Amino acid sequence: MAKVIYKAGDDVSTDVIYPGRFMATVLPGETPQYAFADDAALNAKLRAKQIPPGSVLLGGRNFGCGSSREQAVSCLKGYELVIVARGFARIFLQNAINVGLRLIICPALEAAEGDELEFTPDAIINSNSGRSFPLEPMPKSRQAIIDAGGLVAYTRKRLLERAAV
Amino acid sequence: MSMTVVEKILAHASGQPAVKAGDVVEPKVDLAMSHENAALVINQFLEIYKGTPLEPKLWDAGKVAVIFDHRVPAESPKTASNQKKVREFVAAQLIGKFHDIRGDVGGICHQILPENGYVRPGSVVVGTDSHTTSHGALGAFAFGIGATEMASVWALGTVLNVEVPPTLKVVVKGRFKKFVGPKDLILHLIGRLTAQGANFKVLEFHGPAIDDMPTSGRLVLCNMAVEAGATAGIVPADAETERYLREEAGVTDPIELVKPDADAVYESVLEINVARLAPQVACPHTVDNVKPIDQVAGKKVHQIVIGSCTNGRLDDLAVAARILKGKKVALNTRMLVFPASGRIYRQALGKGYIGAFMQAGAVVMNPGCGPCLGVHEGALGDGEAALSTTNRNFKGRMGNPNSEVYLCSPAVAAASAITGVITDPRKGTQ
Repeated sequence: MAKVIYKAGDDVSTDVIYPGRFMATVLPGETPQYAFADDAALNAKLRAKQIPPGSVLLGGRNFGCGSSREQAVSCLKGYELVIVARGFARIFLQNAINVGLRLIICPALEAAEGDELEFTPDAIINSNSGRSFPLEPMPKSRQAIIDAGGLVAYTRKRLLERAAV
Repeated sequence: MSMTVVEKILAHASGQPAVKAGDVVEPKVDLAMSHENAALVINQFLEIYKGTPLEPKLWDAGKVAVIFDHRVPAESPKTASNQKKVREFVAAQLIGKFHDIRGDVGGICHQILPENGYVRPGSVVVGTDSHTTSHGALGAFAFGIGATEMASVWALGTVLNVEVPPTLKVVVKGRFKKFVGPKDLILHLIGRLTAQGANFKVLEFHGPAIDDMPTSGRLVLCNMAVEAGATAGIVPADAETERYLREEAGVTDPIELVKPDADAVYESVLEINVARLAPQVACPHTVDNVKPIDQVAGKKVHQIVIGSCTNGRLDDLAVAARILKGKKVALNTRMLVFPASGRIYRQALGKGYIGAFMQAGAVVMNPGCGPCLGVHEGALGDGEAALSTTNRNFKGRMGNPNSEVYLCSPAVAAASAITGVITDPRKGTQ
């Protein structure tokens, strides 16, 4: 069971997730402090470190649209959040898979802040409403990267295979 | 073979006779571009080699480009130190396509790549910048990736597990009216498609209005294709592409004009007639919140920005200078101009545009991303509004979440600078 700690709307941009003025900070260990920096309440909630790992940040459609900045992914991964949205923008989705931020695509999900969600392999059950919502599977092309534990590990494996030939 | 341009490019780059939308391929990369975020790419690149007996080495230093543009000159010690780290890496790995903070060869990455002939029709271009879609203007398949993905490209020379995207064909007919152009067309299209309407898809541009459009205008269309969510925008290469590469980029080697097959399969076809298109404005806080100018005319703006990877090219500056020549920027309105590259700055200087801007009261800044990403130069005060020729207006985009950003063409921006309110250039300045 995972609790929804925040519910966002559609088209949440990377400028909102990780404002451009913090982009000189690049290392994944340093980015979480600036997650949603312009939303003082949400930023403070995250930084208070009272949110259990695996908590859910709920997005609408097109979550993560805009810039390719990977900080928008690493800052959320730092809190071990699970991002559940009706849909994701392409670069954000790919970045999340590459660095291992857990995303779940659930196009018809209805849930509110505070709801408890239960994940099954192909659906999300909202424990508060009792309703079940089907997941959209991750594109099959991405699975090998997820299985390898991210793109750094996957590329390392590929590089060593090439060197062995 | 029934292939779209992007399918043809991906088939060639992955060594297959044919591919179709949905196939998974591993294309070879012809050009891999980064800006200051190369600092993170370097970090991830070195990470890949950790625990292996291999020496960290770029797959092909000749195909890697690094351009400083996001924070130039550095706004903080942290940025300066990142840039220093990247410079050292560039020297150690012998990266030739390096454009430092300079008036001769420097500028914004999405102008530097085309004007130096680095992008060719039929090539695969990746960049750690979402507006890498710009380079589809030259008939390349160009798309944005994250830093870790770029580190993987630096190591392998391929992009792993790319799903061939479906293509939307956009056919553009009619002739633009005076003071209406490519920026108005792409804003109108984004408004129609919505910010996610082209997610995971390619926009392939066709039609008489595209045939007649110079490369500078096609760069505007492809630059903002990503604002409709598109993986890439592309204009199939034609005589104009060849003219641009020969005359403006100085390319002398053979150019292959890769075109789609006549029976290519498109997900859908969209037709637009620009003959009656009015100037368009994207209103806060999403790029798809687009309105014809008469619905927003009169709105007070505090800062005008002309420039960026979208509209900082010579013809953009020309139309703005023509409107502003002999006029004054309104009191209590600031106007900032950012030419897209050092070359464009010098050309604009030669043609008198820079003088006209300064005489009018504008401040002409060095080429770079400037206020577009809210890092330095031109921050907005609480409650202020900017009218800008850039490409994004998300909340906080120009550094202050308590401000507003409106997006428009250079003609609208220049006409509005004179009045201090959003102004239709067809009415406001004559």
